[in-house]
Amino acid sequence: MGFSRTYEEINEKIKSGDVVVVTAEEMTRIVREKGEKKAAQEVDVVTTGTFAPMCSSGAFLNFGHTSPPIKAHRVWINNVPAYAGLAAVDIYIGATEPAADDPLNRIHPGLFEYGGGHVIQDLVSGKPVRLKAEAYGTDCYPNRFVEKTLYLKDFPNATLCNPRNAYQNYNCAVNLSSKTLYTYMGVLKPKLGNANYSTSGCLSPLLNDPLYKTIGLGTQVFLGGGVGYVIWHGTQHNPNVPRNERGVPKSPAGTLMLLGDLKQMSGRWLVGVSMLGYGCSLAVGIGIPVPILDEEMAYYTGVGDDEIVTQIKDYSFTEPEPLGEVNYAELKSGTIRIRGKEVPTVPLSSYVRAKEIAEILKSWIKDGRFLLTKPQKYLPGSSEPKVK
Amino acid sequence: MYAKVLVLRFPPDIVDKPIITNLVRSYNLTFNILKAQIFPRKEGLMILELRGNKNDYDRGLEYLKRIGVKVEPIGQSISRNEDVCLQCGACTAVCPTGALHIIRPDMEVVFDSERCSGCEWCVKVCPAHAMRVTFDRHMEEETSISQGSS
Repeated sequence: MGFSRTYEEINEKIKSGDVVVVTAEEMTRIVREKGEKKAAQEVDVVTTGTFAPMCSSGAFLNFGHTSPPIKAHRVWINNVPAYAGLAAVDIYIGATEPAADDPLNRIHPGLFEYGGGHVIQDLVSGKPVRLKAEAYGTDCYPNRFVEKTLYLKDFPNATLCNPRNAYQNYNCAVNLSSKTLYTYMGVLKPKLGNANYSTSGCLSPLLNDPLYKTIGLGTQVFLGGGVGYVIWHGTQHNPNVPRNERGVPKSPAGTLMLLGDLKQMSGRWLVGVSMLGYGCSLAVGIGIPVPILDEEMAYYTGVGDDEIVTQIKDYSFTEPEPLGEVNYAELKSGTIRIRGKEVPTVPLSSYVRAKEIAEILKSWIKDGRFLLTKPQKYLPGSSEPKVK
Repeated sequence: MYAKVLVLRFPPDIVDKPIITNLVRSYNLTFNILKAQIFPRKEGLMILELRGNKNDYDRGLEYLKRIGVKVEPIGQSISRNEDVCLQCGACTAVCPTGALHIIRPDMEVVFDSERCSGCEWCVKVCPAHAMRVTFDRHMEEETSISQGSS
């Protein structure tokens, strides 16, 4: 039924410069004004964006063989421990790993000033890092200690590989207790002092493709300022949560595992962050193009903030059940009502930067520098498009 | 009625004088002290909101300057590094005066130093370390030197 177009047709239009690309925010307006039928005919691609701390992130680095060779057993970069349980000079630096001498939460709330996320940002910003490796020594790898200063260009391989990014929806966090909480959702003041949320709403990638009809294994994306790929569903991917009549999940649902060449990325879109009393993390910029294959995809990408709801959760372990449901238009208005109380809302996800990502991806596609890729495999829970 | 949040810096030789009392008695001003500190070098720092009619306020400020108190707007001591700020909004959870606030519906996070009370909560809470405080100028110099050498 109705109008349809293929990935190949869209890519031909990208190459010839005739492609029509709009951001997800613009698409919401277009669909509301003209309806999904007309919107589907006019628009080829919708770009999404999100920029927020995403703890399940990190990078595989190969720091190059030394002479004599070393099989690194313990490795630190700028004094932040990296996982070295891989081949000789392969390591993984995780975003939330604090520096080895960090006081952590010994004086609560800890500051967590420098960690794995900061190492990644320093690398992509072109700053030198100090790498230290210890080994127990083997016949084939006799070296027991290496210390050197490296720039990102000196690493033979550097790959950002994030096991869980771009959560499809997330809780709105509040605090019912009588003391301040320091959480990964920011500072939560006592007795419903504030309500924090971390989603870019109508711009958010998986909220524009709620049933994973176009985003799947192999989808090419904007990742940290460079080009990356969806390589699997993310950890904790759970498509089986309650959804509204549009198919949009009402609580945290789908997630993505993303990968890309760290050497293309930038310190503007991979930012080491410190969450007071919680730990270190990495703010990751992600943008995913959604092809408008038919009217249904126009309908999905036409989703507005008022059509996406999430659950208000108490983070003080006082009340296990959600305190209610709230939509993103309400959250973005600045205050919501919870149990009769006016509560100010606080975003942790940067809407300004999410919009910038959607605009950058739009320009990449318009300039013919970025083509769309059809998934090689669909995510669990996907209602795959029917073969025509 | 005129009111402004100011940073006052007292040199060591007058740090023990009852200066604020004189503002009340002789200049008819009211005040609200937001922060007061004496550094190890005996220099004093006070952040206060000064309130009164404009004429009294100007005379009061003149008095402060005459006796050697350095008067600065708070924006000179607390600032935001715009290149580092992520425009997320985490700081708005703790800012008690609304100096850090969000302009809707664009969701732009702005810092209005005129409304800042110098509490420094944003400095700890900002995930990207975009907020800078330089109440203690000497300490600031020392910090930047040690950072430069690392």
